[in-house]
Amino acid sequence: MQTTGMKKDSKISPVMKKQLQSIVGEKWYLDSPNDLYTYSYDATPIFQSMPDAVVMPGTTKEVSEVLKIANEHQIPIIPRGSGTNLAASTIPVHGGIVLNMTRFNQIIEIDQKNLTATIGPGVVTADLHNAVEAAGLFYPPDPGSMRISTVGGNMAQCAGGMRGLKYGVTKDYIMGLEYVLPSGAVLRSGGKNVKDVAGYDMTRLLVGSEGTLAVITEITLKLLPLPETKRTLVAYFTKLVDAAKTVEKVISSKIIPATMEFMDQGTMKVVDDFAKLGLPLEMKAMLLVEQDGPEELVTRDIERIAEIAKQEGASIVQVSKTMEDGARLLAARRAALSALSRLRPTTILEDATVPRSRLAEIVEEVERIAEKYQVQICTFGHAGDGNLHPTCMTDERDKEEIHRVELAFEEIFHTAIRLGGTITGEHGVGLAKMNYLHLKVGEGGIELMRQIKEAFDPNNIMNPGKIFANSERRRLVVKK
Amino acid sequence: MKLTKTGEGVLRKFDMDEIMNCMHCGFCLPACPTFRQTGLESYGPRGRIALMKGVANEKLSIDHEFEKNMFACLGCRACETACPAGVAYGSLIETARVVIEENKKSQAKPPLARKIAFEHLFPHPKRMEWMGTVLWAAQAAGLQNLASKTGLIKVLPRPLAEMQEAVETVASPKERKKRQLKMNAEKEKLFTVGLFTGCVMDVMFYETNQATARLLTKAGCDVVFVENQSCCGALHAHSGEMNGAKGLAKRNIEAFEKANVDFVVNNAGGCGAALKEYHHWFHDEPEWKERAMAFVEKMRDANELLAELPPLSFTKPMNVRITYQDSCHLAHGQGIRNQPRELIRSIPGAQYVELHQADSCCGSAGIYNMTNYDMSMQILDDKMEDVKKTKAHLIVTSNPGCLLQMKQGIIRTGMQDKIEAIHIMDLLARAL
Repeated sequence: MQTTGMKKDSKISPVMKKQLQSIVGEKWYLDSPNDLYTYSYDATPIFQSMPDAVVMPGTTKEVSEVLKIANEHQIPIIPRGSGTNLAASTIPVHGGIVLNMTRFNQIIEIDQKNLTATIGPGVVTADLHNAVEAAGLFYPPDPGSMRISTVGGNMAQCAGGMRGLKYGVTKDYIMGLEYVLPSGAVLRSGGKNVKDVAGYDMTRLLVGSEGTLAVITEITLKLLPLPETKRTLVAYFTKLVDAAKTVEKVISSKIIPATMEFMDQGTMKVVDDFAKLGLPLEMKAMLLVEQDGPEELVTRDIERIAEIAKQEGASIVQVSKTMEDGARLLAARRAALSALSRLRPTTILEDATVPRSRLAEIVEEVERIAEKYQVQICTFGHAGDGNLHPTCMTDERDKEEIHRVELAFEEIFHTAIRLGGTITGEHGVGLAKMNYLHLKVGEGGIELMRQIKEAFDPNNIMNPGKIFANSERRRLVVKK
Repeated sequence: MKLTKTGEGVLRKFDMDEIMNCMHCGFCLPACPTFRQTGLESYGPRGRIALMKGVANEKLSIDHEFEKNMFACLGCRACETACPAGVAYGSLIETARVVIEENKKSQAKPPLARKIAFEHLFPHPKRMEWMGTVLWAAQAAGLQNLASKTGLIKVLPRPLAEMQEAVETVASPKERKKRQLKMNAEKEKLFTVGLFTGCVMDVMFYETNQATARLLTKAGCDVVFVENQSCCGALHAHSGEMNGAKGLAKRNIEAFEKANVDFVVNNAGGCGAALKEYHHWFHDEPEWKERAMAFVEKMRDANELLAELPPLSFTKPMNVRITYQDSCHLAHGQGIRNQPRELIRSIPGAQYVELHQADSCCGSAGIYNMTNYDMSMQILDDKMEDVKKTKAHLIVTSNPGCLLQMKQGIIRTGMQDKIEAIHIMDLLARAL
């Protein structure tokens, strides 16, 4: 057999395979070479590793029984949704069972009285948006991948999105969870109570835990009333610093827009090529601002933001006439990452984040670092919350260049920390940034996190090899 | 099945740059009908490209599973529309199928039915016509009805049995003999166009070709039925039979070169997409590539050309509700979405209603509904749920495969007395 991708020494014995099949049904147990290969990657470039099996449970009870077996035999469990994450958090780096949760895709309840939704973790984020908006309600988190990413995955990584500035991120909307421990125990935390301080906040702890503590089987979400209307404004700048100053000035004028997105010249060129928007490509940067709410307030805010942008040196300021116009521009911003990937075969996107007052500094530093290491980096992101996506266009087949890319990103992370920022704003640590976690939380912080993990998962079966660096392993992980 | 020497040779056919361009973002997944049905990564474009990469890197073998994964794809190319990275998925899947077929040929004989269809039937217009005569004779003799009534039909394989119910009466040989090889413009002549008649199209939908010609003459074109043209080769290309496809392409290029027309017009979305991509088929034959380019530049879908010509004057209003199912290869392959909708809207009295997810494949996809019957019917049944919601009297398509599939869908859901499926050219001709 030439299927070198398949491990010879599968951790799963024929007896275990039978047991797992009898739990979930043969149809939902996959272990052919092709099926394993298609669950060996996520949306993170370069990382790849083969699982031993893919199991797709349909009920909490099935999850519990699968976990019991895995725990008994110390088989890694890698919970997974649509595999759109960008921190390599769903790569089965130590093999084991990829636990595909996409069958948990029911919207169980939209509670109009309490303004909550209770759903399975496999619900696609955009489907949730459509369902709650049909009821006149609003679930703000909107990660770039929302058309395919699942809410469970958003929760595991604590995904952000373009509305983070005004509405916060996924963790601000998770009220309650049902989760399964490696022992098979099914537990609940939180619920529909707005106020609930009974003991440690396990809900908050599990959000962003990247599948390293437990498997989430049900999520109760907080909903808001759907904003009446929204308007979009675009401002173009010949100087980066003017764009950054505009962001600072808007916020210090006590206006909080729903969205404040930044794109540099490189990103504008590529997005324009993809979406054919006719952007003024001689400009150095653009800001895309959206405000939502009652009509009067939206109009007032957008007019004031337009004034501020002009005062701070914007060359062109355009206000969208209709909601559709605005939606078109935002759609282009959503496509920025994928559109950048048209330039070179491999696109590595990071999410170094700084306090928004240091925005101009970090953007200029990224430019300097790209020059220093002779790599191509475009920057776009959520200017309003300081969460930037310096994105490197490279080719994973060129090992020497990839090494320079690694050095450049290392320097970007150190720079972000120096400016009072963090190594990741919304993607999570996963495999991609575990070597930098200590920069942010310190060795003491890492040790405490390890002890928490041990309390949940004494046998270390839950997504092992993530978050905590156990070696000097860098990007090149493509395992046989 | 092991990788043979030939197998290794064909791996070089993969365009690794194109494969690497897929950054596995997953944007394609919600657009993919087979992913939506199964929820399995190996049934989505991202997974299929990963598998191609696995095969090209020799991490996976070209085995039955790889074949199953590659042929489970409808080839609808909705993923290309959804892909912001611009990956040319259509050509990747075609290459994968060529790789599979070449690997197989080096090992075993292809199934006889397939060999007959691809080598001895589709490429030969006379034989296709003969098939048409047989079909007509069977229909004329009432064999079809008899077979249905007596249960004889049950001996046919299920896909064929169901589909034959959807097939309408084909034109008689006598009727087909009446065709004039040239039809003159009914008003001041603007262009001379050659009609690409197609293989299946001209047998089973002879009247649709005639309707197309009438519409074009009404819009100011001389229409010629160019002799010696043949099947477009799309079915061959999509099935990995690239040599057969190229042979057919050459015949068509030669035939239309001789005809000396301003435009070549086709009315089948699937054929059109292939006809417009002939130049990609000849990247290793420069002389033919150039001739193919010239041919491609003249190629127009009938909707596309009619939308550019002076508006048709319709005299028969239709007070009905009409919806439209995109042909994947017209919408995703050729980017023609508005023109058919505008043409339908231009019919006096027509009440147009948009079908939810109209540009999502109906499951017909060439011969997919025969090769992957169960998946095709699941997709069709979902599609018919959306069709029901439109409450339309007519569902319009612009590809013969889609039309048959819609007819079959109507029968499956028992809506025969509520809704009719019709090719857009027949619809427009009705209103003339």
